[in-house]
Amino acid sequence: MSANLLAVFYLISGVLFILALRGLSSPETSRQGNFFGIIGMAIAIGVTIISIGNFSTGFIFLLFFLIIGGSIGAFIAFKIPMTAMPELVAGFHSLVGLAAVFVAISAFLNPEVFNLGVPGNIKISSLIEMSLGAAIGAITFTGSIIAFLKLRGLMSGSPITFTGQHFLNLALGIIIVGLIIYLCSIQHEYLFWSLIALSLLVGVLLIIPIGGADMPVVISMLNSYSGWAAAGIGFTLENSALIITGALVGSSGAILSYIMCKGMNRSFFNVILGGWGATDEGSKTSSKEQKPVKNGNADDAAFLMKNASSVIIVPGYGMAVAQAQHALREMVDSLKKNGVKVSYAIHPVAGRMPGHMNVLLAEANVPYDEVFELEDINNDFANCDVAYVIGANDVTNPVAKTDPQSPIYGMPILDVEKSKSVLFVKRSLSPGYAGIDNDLFYRENTLMLFADAKKMTEDITKSL
Amino acid sequence: MEIDPFIFRLSIFILAIFVGYYVVWSVTPSLHTPLMSVTNAISSVIIVGAIVAALAGDNSKIFDTANIFGFLAIILAAVNIFGGFLVTHRMLAMYKKKRKDK
Repeated sequence: MSANLLAVFYLISGVLFILALRGLSSPETSRQGNFFGIIGMAIAIGVTIISIGNFSTGFIFLLFFLIIGGSIGAFIAFKIPMTAMPELVAGFHSLVGLAAVFVAISAFLNPEVFNLGVPGNIKISSLIEMSLGAAIGAITFTGSIIAFLKLRGLMSGSPITFTGQHFLNLALGIIIVGLIIYLCSIQHEYLFWSLIALSLLVGVLLIIPIGGADMPVVISMLNSYSGWAAAGIGFTLENSALIITGALVGSSGAILSYIMCKGMNRSFFNVILGGWGATDEGSKTSSKEQKPVKNGNADDAAFLMKNASSVIIVPGYGMAVAQAQHALREMVDSLKKNGVKVSYAIHPVAGRMPGHMNVLLAEANVPYDEVFELEDINNDFANCDVAYVIGANDVTNPVAKTDPQSPIYGMPILDVEKSKSVLFVKRSLSPGYAGIDNDLFYRENTLMLFADAKKMTEDITKSL
Repeated sequence: MEIDPFIFRLSIFILAIFVGYYVVWSVTPSLHTPLMSVTNAISSVIIVGAIVAALAGDNSKIFDTANIFGFLAIILAAVNIFGGFLVTHRMLAMYKKKRKDK
C-alpha cells in the first residue's frame, strides 16, 4: 500500500473519531457515534497491518497479544459495576499513558523503522516530539495510578502536602525541559531513561496533593494529558490519525476540566495546587455551637412527599457510595403512582467524575428526560414542594451565595432552600468535603433523615 | 522554497483542536462519562505506532528490546480499545427516554 493511500485511510479514521464524539450531543445519536468510533479504530489497525505486510511469526504474535489485551478489556468492561466507573476511567488513562511511553521508547531505540534517523543521530524535531510524548505519557501513567488508588479507596482521599512541594514540582519540570534540550545535543540513552523516570515521579507528585472531591477535575485533566501524549507520538510517527485523535482528546479533557472548575468556582491552578479544606482553617472552627435540628424518620418523609405535588431529587456522591440509585428509582415509581411530579437535579460536580450521577440514574432506568442540569432546573425549586437531597452536601449550601468569607463562596449551588420543605438524607451532621457547616441543616423547613441513603430510601418506599 | 511537512502536521493538529473544541462543547452534560470513556478508547489508536514498532524488521528481530516494547504497548492499547468501546456501549445502552405508558 502506498504511503499516500495509507495517509488517506488514517484521515478517514480521524474523521470517524470526530463523528464518534459528535454523536454524544444527544443520547439518541450516541450509540451510532460509538459505532463510528469502532469502525475508525478497525480501519486504522487494519491498514497498518496490511501496510507492513508481515504475515508470518510476527503477525501471529500480534494477533495473540491483541486477543489477550482485548479479552482483558472486554472482561473488565462487562464486569465493572457502574459505581466504579471513575476508577475504571482513571485506570484506562494510565494504560494510554504507559502505551505512549512504550511506543516512544521503541521509536528511540529503533528509529529507522519510523524513518527518524539512526540511533544516536535521530532528527532533532522527532527527538523533541518523542521526548514530549514520553514525558506527558509518563506523567499520565503515574498520575492516573494515584487517582485510581484514591478513587478505589486503596489510598486516603485526603490531600498529601509537604513544604516545598510546589517548588519541587517546578524544579523537576525545569530539569525535564533541560534534559530534553541536552538530549538533543548528545543523544545518550541514559538521558532518555532519566527523562522518563523523572516524569513518572512528577505524575505522582502532581496528584497526591489533590483531595477526593476534586477528582472530577483530576480525571478530566488526565484525560486531556493522555490526548496530548498521543498527539506527541503522532507527530513523531507522522501519523495524522494519531495527531487528530490526540488533539480531540486533549481539547475534550481540557473543556471538561474547565466545566468542573467552573462548577466549583475555582481556578484550575487552585485545584491543581491542591488541598482544599487543608488551607482554610478560619471558617471551619467558627461555628461549633449546637444548633437545633429537626430530625425525622421514614414515615414523616413519606407523608411529606406523598402529599406534595412536585418533588425534586438532588443526588450526590453519597448516593453512589450507598449504591442507592435503584432504591431511589423504586421510591420515585411509588411517588409517581401517587400522582407526584418528580424530577432530578444534577450539579456539575456531583460525584467523582463528570456525568457520574447521570450514568448511575440511567443504570437504574431513570429516563434521561427527567434528569436536569443545574441551570435548567434551578428556578423550579421555588415552585417545588419537597427537595429530596440524597448524598449531596456542599453543592446545596446556601452559604456559597451569602458569605464572602466561605471557601465555597461564589460556587454555583442548587437552590434547594427555596423549596417548601427539604429532606436531607445524611448519616450525620458532619460537614462536607469543603470542611464547612451546611446552614441548610438548621433551617425551619429542613427535615434531617439520619440514615444510610439506601436504607432510608427503601424505608420511605415501604411507608408510601 | 519548500514547506516542511511538519507544518502540514501542525496545521492538522491546530485545526483538530478547534474541531474538538466545538464538538465537545456540543456534548450534552449527561453524557460526559461516556465522553471520557470513548475518548479514552480512541486515544488508544496509538496502537498503530505499537504495531509498526513490534513488527519492525524480519522475524528474527521480534525479540529485540524495541520490538518487545512495541508488543507490550499493543497489549495495553488493546485492553483500552476493547474495554473503552464496550463500556461506552454498555453505558449508552442504559440511556432511555420516558416510556409512554399512560
